[in-house]
Amino acid sequence: MMKSRNLTQTIAFAVLRAVTGVVVIPVVLVIYFLVSHGWHALSWHFLTSAPSGDLKNGGIFSPIVGTLYLVGCTIILALPLGLLSAIYLSEYAKPGPITRLVRLAIVNLAGVPSIVYGLFGYGVFCILLQLKECILAGSMTLALLILPVIIVASEEALSVVPHSFREAAMALGATKWQTTYRIVLPNAVPGILTGSILGISRAAGETAPILFTVAALYMPHLPRSIFDKAMVLPYHLFQISTQVPDCPPEIQWGTALTLLVIAVGMNVFSSILRVRFRKNRAW
Amino acid sequence: MNNDFALKTTVPTLSRSADRQQQNVDAPHKVSVRDLNFFYGRNQVLFNVNIDIPPNQVTALIGPSGCGKSTFLRLLNRMNDLIPDTRAEGTIVIDGENIYDKSIDVVDLRKRVGMVFQKPNPFPKSIFENIAFGPRLHGLRHHDSLAEIVERSLISAGLWQEVKDRLHDSAMGLSGGQQQRLCIARVLAVNPEIILMDEPCSALDPISTGRIEELMVELIENYTIVIVTHNMQQAARVSEETGFFLNGELVEFDRSPVIFTGPRDKRTEDYITGRFG
Repeated sequence: MMKSRNLTQTIAFAVLRAVTGVVVIPVVLVIYFLVSHGWHALSWHFLTSAPSGDLKNGGIFSPIVGTLYLVGCTIILALPLGLLSAIYLSEYAKPGPITRLVRLAIVNLAGVPSIVYGLFGYGVFCILLQLKECILAGSMTLALLILPVIIVASEEALSVVPHSFREAAMALGATKWQTTYRIVLPNAVPGILTGSILGISRAAGETAPILFTVAALYMPHLPRSIFDKAMVLPYHLFQISTQVPDCPPEIQWGTALTLLVIAVGMNVFSSILRVRFRKNRAW
Repeated sequence: MNNDFALKTTVPTLSRSADRQQQNVDAPHKVSVRDLNFFYGRNQVLFNVNIDIPPNQVTALIGPSGCGKSTFLRLLNRMNDLIPDTRAEGTIVIDGENIYDKSIDVVDLRKRVGMVFQKPNPFPKSIFENIAFGPRLHGLRHHDSLAEIVERSLISAGLWQEVKDRLHDSAMGLSGGQQQRLCIARVLAVNPEIILMDEPCSALDPISTGRIEELMVELIENYTIVIVTHNMQQAARVSEETGFFLNGELVEFDRSPVIFTGPRDKRTEDYITGRFG
C-alpha cells in the first residue's frame, strides 16, 4: 500500500516538473536564438548611429530614442491616472453596483486587442482631437493599454498594507486622506513601482497601438517635441523585416535583440526589485 | 454554591488613594451612555446599554467572547464608523456632547478619545516618527516641539529609559511589550482625555502585562481609562468599577470589589466563578 502511494507521488512530481520545464523552454529558446543571431550586430556604433535613408545600413539610435521618449510620456500619463483610480477603488469605494461596473470596465480594458487600441487612438486622438500622428497621441493610446496593469498592480499593493496600520492612524485622529497619504501609500510604493515597470516594458514592445498613431518609417532627425512623429523600435523591426527588401539579417536580429533586452531586462529588474523589497519589509 | 473560586475571597488591587476614590463618587461622569442599541446590518448586537463612566478612573468591561464589549468600546471613539453597514441608536455623551450628533467632528473626537489595540500595531517607521505622527497630523511641524512631545509621551508610557538612545531605530525592532507601550505613548502624544484599551495585554507576556497594569494606575492621574479584558484577575486588579456584558446586554455594573465578591445578578456570578466563559 505504501509503495503505490509513494509511486503515485513520484509520478505526480515528475509530471509537474516536466510541465514546468515545458513552460521554461520557449523562453530559453527565444533568448538563445536571438542572442546567437543578433549578438554580432550589436556594437556601440549600431546603438548610437541613426539608420540610413533606406534603412539598410546604419544603426538604431533614433528608434531607441523614440521608444524612450514615447514610453516616458506614456508612464507620465498612465501612472497618476492608474494610481488614483487604484486608491479610489481600494480605499474609498463602497461595495455596490457602481463599483462593480468600474471593475468590469477595467477588466474589459485589459481584454481589448491592441490593434483595436491603435485604431481607436487614431480615430480619437489623431483625427478627432486633431493631434495628427505624434508622440502625444501614441502615448495616450499606450497609456490606455497599460492602465489596467497599473491599476491592478497598485490596487494589490494597497490592499496588502495591513488594516491595522489604517486603524491605528484613524484612531489617532487622521482623516481618510491623511491615512492614505501618510501611511498606506508609502508602504505600497514597492508594489506600485514593480507594476509600473511591467507597464513600461509592455508599452515599449507594443506595435499595433503605435502603428497609426506615432510611428514614422523614417525621420532624418530626432523627435523635436511631443507633437512630432517618431521612429520606434517595434515598428522599425517590423519594417526592416518585412517591408525593406534586402535588409541585412544582422540588422534585423540586432534590432530584435535590442528590443528583447529592453523589455525582458525591465521585467527582470522589476522582479529583482520585488524580491528585495519583500525581504526588507518590516511587516 | 461552591465558594472555592479564588475571586470570591480576595480582590488584589494596586494601591490607590482613598481620597481619590471618594472624589470620584462626587465628580460628574466623563461618559454617559443612554439606551444604546447597535446593529451590524440587520443583526442587533448591543441591546439598550446604559452606563456612566467616571473620570480619572479605570473602568473595566468583562464578559465572554462575542458578548459585545469590544464593539461597545469601539463606539466610544466611533471606530465602528469604519465598518460598512452598521447603525447605532441612542446617545453617547462625552463632556456634555452627544458624539453621534451630526455636528460632531469625528477627527477631533478621536483626538480626545484615544485607543490602544489588542495586537500592538506600531507603524513601520522609527520610534520617534511613530510618536510624532499624531502631533504632525494636527499640524505641528517644529522639530523641537515634536521632540519634546515625544520625550514626554515616552516618559509617561514608561518607555523612555529603554529607547532614549535609539529613537531613530525602527519601531518594529522592539519587543511585544515595548511595542504596546509605544502604542500607548503614541496615543498620549495627541493629549487625549479618555484612553480606550481593547484587551491591551492579551498578546503580551506576564511581565509586560504587569508593567502596563502599573502604567494604567499612574495614567489615571490625568486620563480616564476604559479597558476591555478577558482576564478577570486583571480587571479586579486595575479597575475601580467593572461592567459585565453578556449577549449584547450590560448585565451588571458596579464597583469592582462588589462585582468580584458579591455580584447581584446570577449570570455575573456564574461568569465570575467560571461556570461558563
